[in-house]
Amino acid sequence: MTTRTLQFKIYRYDPDQDQKPYMQDIAVEVDSTDRKLLDALVKLKAVDDSIAFRRSCREGVCGSDALNINGRNGLACLTDLGSFPDGKPIVLRPLPGLPIIRDLIVDMTQFFKQYHSIKPYLINNDPPPERERLQSPEDREELDGLYECILCACCSTSCPSFWWNPDKFVGPAGLLAAYRFIADTRDQATNERLDNLEDPYRLFRCHTIMNCVDVCPKGLNPTKAIGKIKDMMVKRAI
Amino acid sequence: MSQKVTVRKFDAVIVGAGGAGLRAAIQLSEAGLKTAVLTKVFPTRSHTVAAQGGVAASLGNSEEDHWHWHMYDTVKGSDWLGDQDAIEFMCRKANECVIELEHYGMPFDRLDNGRIYQRPFGGHMSNFGEKPVRRSCAAADRTGHAMLHAMYQRNVRASTQFFVEWMALDLIRDAEGEVLGVTAMEMETGEIYAFHARATIFATGGAGRIYYSSTNAFINTGDGVGMAARAGIPLEDMEFWQFHPTGVAGAGVLITEGVRGEGGILRNSNGERFMERYAPNAKDLASRDVVSRAMVTEINEGRGCGPNKDFVLLDITHLPPETIMKRLPGIHEIAVQFAGVDALKEPIPVVPTCHYQMGGIPTNYHGQVVVPGKRSQNEIVPGFYAAGECACASVHGANRLGTNSLLDLLVFGKSAGETAVEELKKSPKAHKELPADAFERSLARLDRLNTQKDGANVHETQLAMRRTMQKHAGVFRFNDLLKEGVQKILEVQQDVQRTEIKDKSQVFNTARIEALELDNLIEVAVATMVSAEARKESRGAHVRDDAPDTPEHPNGRDDANWLKHTLWYKEGNRLDYKSVNLRPLTVETIALKKRAY
Repeated sequence: MTTRTLQFKIYRYDPDQDQKPYMQDIAVEVDSTDRKLLDALVKLKAVDDSIAFRRSCREGVCGSDALNINGRNGLACLTDLGSFPDGKPIVLRPLPGLPIIRDLIVDMTQFFKQYHSIKPYLINNDPPPERERLQSPEDREELDGLYECILCACCSTSCPSFWWNPDKFVGPAGLLAAYRFIADTRDQATNERLDNLEDPYRLFRCHTIMNCVDVCPKGLNPTKAIGKIKDMMVKRAI
Repeated sequence: MSQKVTVRKFDAVIVGAGGAGLRAAIQLSEAGLKTAVLTKVFPTRSHTVAAQGGVAASLGNSEEDHWHWHMYDTVKGSDWLGDQDAIEFMCRKANECVIELEHYGMPFDRLDNGRIYQRPFGGHMSNFGEKPVRRSCAAADRTGHAMLHAMYQRNVRASTQFFVEWMALDLIRDAEGEVLGVTAMEMETGEIYAFHARATIFATGGAGRIYYSSTNAFINTGDGVGMAARAGIPLEDMEFWQFHPTGVAGAGVLITEGVRGEGGILRNSNGERFMERYAPNAKDLASRDVVSRAMVTEINEGRGCGPNKDFVLLDITHLPPETIMKRLPGIHEIAVQFAGVDALKEPIPVVPTCHYQMGGIPTNYHGQVVVPGKRSQNEIVPGFYAAGECACASVHGANRLGTNSLLDLLVFGKSAGETAVEELKKSPKAHKELPADAFERSLARLDRLNTQKDGANVHETQLAMRRTMQKHAGVFRFNDLLKEGVQKILEVQQDVQRTEIKDKSQVFNTARIEALELDNLIEVAVATMVSAEARKESRGAHVRDDAPDTPEHPNGRDDANWLKHTLWYKEGNRLDYKSVNLRPLTVETIALKKRAY
């Protein structure tokens, strides 16, 4: 079996032990069965059990293992080891802009607070019918590209507007979710949802920098969804 | 080390926030009860998120269907080991539970008439086994994701109180055997708490990580099952593990049976559609245990593919690209990511991969945990409930049908929640006092781990466990390998009792968490191996060389001696058995017969 050695530079900080954060140089040997960055991280942890990171499904659907990888946000489990050039260390940092709990683990409270702020649930005050609420395939298609979000936070933590105002700007993930409900023919709260976003910060801090689109590991387009909400705001105003 | 334990009181504590836990939480929160939901990961990261193909319900949106047919298929799928009261209950409740999800906002795919889209799935047939029926309600191939998010969202609406990144450690039981809550660790601070509750619901999922090759997430470490075993609760039917026919070769990542539901075909190295030989009627849509064994037989007889002839091919290249991109977009993505193939143009290399734990904590169909006692073989453990993969109701028996797991967690998550609400309203408001030794087991485990010197490496020990399970209790089982497997897994257990971690930090110590998870995994592994060695017949997913297909024992099944549930007790590594409930709630018994597809 062919093996190769990967060099890493990893952001380390354990508030229980360390005065301040530092970058650790560490190497690990991987073989041909190790395809993804997460495989290498699991091997690293077998060498040094103190490296802390989140992971679960290892197939890109749970959203646990979002990291800043060589300066770009992505999921460790979907990042090919083959994509790294030989001879250069792989630099791993926690997602930018959020408080750090330990090593590669960030505190996501602010991120989820914004997600919760858009009322991420279907609002329909009619008494539920006995069977399913009907929805045409075309209307259902409107939700494609919206409902698949895994809440990994790659997008929001790559967004300069979110870095500056994480308490006031909903951020791309939250806004994508907001539009997911606005676009759902079964939801009756469009006006209330637009009211909730009508302020100088919550929606309008998006300056279409499009970092979110660039990094989304699921290939989703929050900027497009934000544009649609903005259009609806304008249409509503005139 | 004597660690401080802070006690918090709730009406109910739910451990786990996957499908079953979230469904139970909706019931309790909407009833206005003070409920804590503990979860190792943010709820939408639970492994329900990875379910793909759909959830079974006889809605009949595309063709005639009936819950009774669904029940028949489930009993037959279980190889008659499932309890027929629980199976009738689940199949009858299916429509209601799926419709509720739709009302919560779940984005199901739709038919032209606006109703929920349904696709065929393995083992689901019309008219008592005649021909495949479209019963699986799907949101593309991301049904679990859509479902988990919809249920989390409903809980946000209900203001459910979540304790995210908290790991439950042990069950608290008093001298009468009543369950009074759990001990738990807040992962961020390493602090220990006790959740003192009048109802405790386990919804902790499966333990597929006991095997080397598994579709399961890292977090699927059987925590609830391990906690129950340590607290003296027997584990039911742990010898039955489902190997999903289509895990990506090498990576283990799941490829949904929905691929075959949409028309995908399994082929061997000759390009032959070999399932026609093993299941002339259902072919590629036979039950999972049947398909997995056929695949391993093909590989063992030299008709595997690739340089080592160690996988078969799942072919969808004949399907219209629009169908693939519309109905199976996630699979297309997974094939590119983990198999390096474009499934529109090339077949996907697949092998049977450990997927689902049919056994678990014994419950009745109300979600109440039951154990043998003086009065009956199913005495209720007061205050204790379980639902989903960690529980054994038993609806899956010796083999689960695809799409019945998402149904199981909906129906029994709801049922456990409903029963808990009723019991809480009946019982006195005051909490029963905690016993003096309530935290002892947890504190002893933590203390041992913090002070262990010259111990066993956690990573190597879990690898030894997974390799042992893979080799000794796989798709096909052999008498000598099982016997040897029992010895080996007990040796691994010795190492688990002396694991050592280097990291002693209190802050988000993932090394400590992995060591504590291994304590749970090993209970599951030992229970599996011991139960499997003892069951001297072939049934469902448990097929052994010394119980072959004979006229006297078709498929190797021995109903005279083995139509019974296994119960494994941690104490003394002891086995007991209880009878299968063959009496449904309202319809006639589905009579025993030979299983063929």
